[in-house]
Amino acid sequence: MSILSGHKKIETNAFLLLVLSFFVVTVGGIVQIVPLFYLDNVIEEVEGMRPYSPLELAGRQIYIREGCYVCHSQMIRPMRDEHERYGHYSLAAESMYDHPFQWGSKRTGPDLARVGGRYSDDWHIQHFRAPKELVPESIMPAYPWFETTPLNYDLIEQLLIAHRRAGVPYTDEMIRSARDDLILQWNPDSGDVDAFLERYPNAQVRNFTESTEVTELDAMLAYLQMLGTLVDFSTYEPDPTR
Amino acid sequence: MLDGIKIIVLGLLTLLFGLAANAGLDAVFRFHMTLFMAFFGVWTILAIRSYGKKPAPSESSYMDGPIKAGVIATAFWGIAGFLVGDIIAWQLTFPELNLGLPWTSFGRLRPLHTSAVIFAFGGNALIATSLYIVQRTSAVRLWGGNAAWFVFWGYNLFIVMAATGYLLGVTQSKEYAEPEWVANIWLAVVWLTYLAIFLGTIVRRREPHIYVANWFFLAFIVTVTMLHVVNGLSIPVSPLASLSVPLFPGVQGAMVQWWYGHNAVGFFLTAGFLGMMYYFIPKQAERPVYSYKLSIIHFWAIIFLYIWAGPHHLHFTALPDWAQYLGMTFSVMLWMPSWGGMINGLMTLQGAWDKLRTDPVLRMLVISVGFYGMATFEGPMMSIRAVNSLSHYTDWTIGHVHSAALGWNGMITFGALYFLVPRLWNRERLYSLTLVSWHFWLATIGIVLYASSMWVTGIMEGLMWREVDEQGFLVNSFADTVAAKFPMYVVRAFGGMLFAGGAILMAYNLWMTVRAVPQQTRDTAAAVPAQ
Repeated sequence: MSILSGHKKIETNAFLLLVLSFFVVTVGGIVQIVPLFYLDNVIEEVEGMRPYSPLELAGRQIYIREGCYVCHSQMIRPMRDEHERYGHYSLAAESMYDHPFQWGSKRTGPDLARVGGRYSDDWHIQHFRAPKELVPESIMPAYPWFETTPLNYDLIEQLLIAHRRAGVPYTDEMIRSARDDLILQWNPDSGDVDAFLERYPNAQVRNFTESTEVTELDAMLAYLQMLGTLVDFSTYEPDPTR
Repeated sequence: MLDGIKIIVLGLLTLLFGLAANAGLDAVFRFHMTLFMAFFGVWTILAIRSYGKKPAPSESSYMDGPIKAGVIATAFWGIAGFLVGDIIAWQLTFPELNLGLPWTSFGRLRPLHTSAVIFAFGGNALIATSLYIVQRTSAVRLWGGNAAWFVFWGYNLFIVMAATGYLLGVTQSKEYAEPEWVANIWLAVVWLTYLAIFLGTIVRRREPHIYVANWFFLAFIVTVTMLHVVNGLSIPVSPLASLSVPLFPGVQGAMVQWWYGHNAVGFFLTAGFLGMMYYFIPKQAERPVYSYKLSIIHFWAIIFLYIWAGPHHLHFTALPDWAQYLGMTFSVMLWMPSWGGMINGLMTLQGAWDKLRTDPVLRMLVISVGFYGMATFEGPMMSIRAVNSLSHYTDWTIGHVHSAALGWNGMITFGALYFLVPRLWNRERLYSLTLVSWHFWLATIGIVLYASSMWVTGIMEGLMWREVDEQGFLVNSFADTVAAKFPMYVVRAFGGMLFAGGAILMAYNLWMTVRAVPQQTRDTAAAVPAQ
C-alpha cells in the first residue's frame, strides 16, 4: 500500500489537494468539449440554414421566457417511431444559430423541432387560448396573454448585435433594418418583401393573428411556423464520417 | 483608516446600484438593482455603526452565527421548494391550476421548483454544514471573519434574484443554469468568497491531516466554480438589461450545458453531500469511518469519472457519436466509485447497527445512503444507450432524479438538521423523537409513491410512443399517452404531498427544540478539539 501512504502528502497540504483536484476534474471536459469547436464533421454542411429573422428571434425569446423547453423537446432522434411522428431526425446544423440550444430533455408534450407548417395559424391561436378545446387530453397551460400583449421589441437591434458577437452571421444590413424587418414580416405592405426574403429566405410573411399591432402571439407564430422548415430533406445526404 | 475606506466603497456601491436601478431598461433589471442597492445600503449602515469599534476577540470559539442562519434558511427554502414542486405536480394533473396567468404557469414555476430545492435548499445545507464541519475537523475558527456572513446573505440574495427572475420571465433556458448574467456574476463573487473561507480555514487547521469530508467539500466548491463560470459565459444584450445571449451555440452549447448539468448532480448534489455523509454518519453512530483506503480510492475515482458523464443526457441527438459513447462508458464506470462511497457510509455502522432501532436520526442518515446506492445504480443503467432510447424524454428520468434528490439529498439534509439544531442552539436534546419517526415514514412512503408512479408512467409512455401495428403505423397519438398517465400523476402528487408534510413536521420539531427544550448544562461554547 505504498501508493496510498504517499497520499499523506496530499491530505496534509491544502493547496496540493486543491490543485490536484482541479487538475483531475478538468480532464473530461477538455476531451469532450474542445474538439467540438474544431472538428469539421461536428456540424454537417446543409443548404438552407440562416439566422433567425427579427420577428422569429423575438418569438424565440418568448418561447424561452415561458419555459416551453421544460415540456417540449426540439431534437428528433433517429428512430422509426420518431420518424413517423415528427419527421427526419434533427441535424446538428439545424441548431447552429441557436443561442442557447432548445433541444430539451423531456417530452411532457410532443417534440416541436418540425412543427412549422403542421398546423394552421388559426389552430395555434385557438390552442394557445385554450389547449383543451382542441386536444381534450392536453395538460398544457393556456397562454391567453400572448394575443393581448403587444410585442416589446425595443432591444431588437441589440439582440441581433449580441448574437453576432456570439458568432451568428448577421450582416450590417440585417442589423440596420432589424426593426423595419420585424414590422415588415408582420405587415408585408410596409416595405420591400423581396429584399426581406433575400435576407431571410423561407421566412413566413403575413399578419399571423390579424392584429392591429404586433403581438407576442404574432412573434410566437412566426417562430413556430418556421421551426424545422429551412432544410430541404429531399436533397439532403448524410455525412458518412459522422 | 481601513474602516473609513470600506465605508466609502460600500457607500459608492450603494449609489452605483441606485443609479443602475434608475437607468435600467426592463423592470426585472431595475428590481434586481434595487435589491443590490438595499444589500449594500444595509451593509454600509452596519459598517458605519461599527466604525472605530474593535471586533470582540472571539478567536477562542467557533463561528456559528452564519451556520445557524444557514440551518434556518435550509428548512425554509426546503419547505418552499417542496410545496412549489407539489403545486406543479398537481398542475400536470389538473392543468386548470395554471390559472391562465404568466406568473403561475408551469413553465415558469418548474425552474423555480428545481432551483429552490437544488440551490436554495441544497446549497444552503451545503454551505452551512461545510462551514460547521470544517471548523470542527480543523479545530479552528472560520478564516475571514465576517466574510461568512457575506456568503450567507450574498448567496440567499442570489436565490431571490433567480427566483423572482423566473416568475417575471427572466431565464437563459439552460436547465439548472437558468439565471441571467447579473445573478450569475454575483454568484461567482459569492462562490469565490466561499472558496477562500473554506480553503483559509483548512490552511489554518490545528489537525495534521485534512479530514476526508473536507476533501469532498473542497473538490465540490472548486468544480462548481469551474462549471458555473464556463457554462455561464454569455453576452449581455445591454449593460442595463437582464437579457443576455449565451456564448455557445447548438451542439457545443448542448455539450457544455450537460457537462455543467450532470456535474451539478455530480459535485453539488453528490461530492458535497458525501462530505456531509463522512461527518454526520460517524458522529451520529459514534463509530469511525469504515475504510480509509476506500475513502482515498473512491474520492479520486469519483471526481475524475463524474465529469465525463454529461453526454448521456444527449444520446441519439446531433452530438457526435464518439462523445455519446464516451459519456455512456464513463457513466457505467461511475457505478463503482459511487458504490464505494455507499459501502464506506453503510459499513461505518459496523458494531452499531442496533442503534437503527432506537435512533430515528441515524435511521434517516442511513436510508439516505441506501437511496444513494439505488440511484447510482439506476443512473448508470439509464445511461446505457439501449435503455436510454426508451427512458429518455419520459417521466422515468423525473422519477430517477427524485428518488436521488428526495431520498439521498433530502434525507441526509434532514438528518444533518436534526443533528445540528440541538448542538448549535445548545439544547440537551431534540424536542420529539416520535416526530422524527413520523417524518421518516412520511418522507419514505412519499418517495416510494413518487418513484414507483414515475417508473410506471415513464416506461408506459416510452413503450406507447414506439408501439406500431402490423401495418407499421403508430398505434397511439401523443394525446393518448398523456391521458394514460393521469392516475399515476395523482399518485405522484400525493406522494410529494407526504414528503412536504414530513418537512413541515421537521420545521415544527426544530422550532420547538429551540423554544421548549432546556439548555445543555455542560459548557460547550468553548472550542473543543476536533471530532
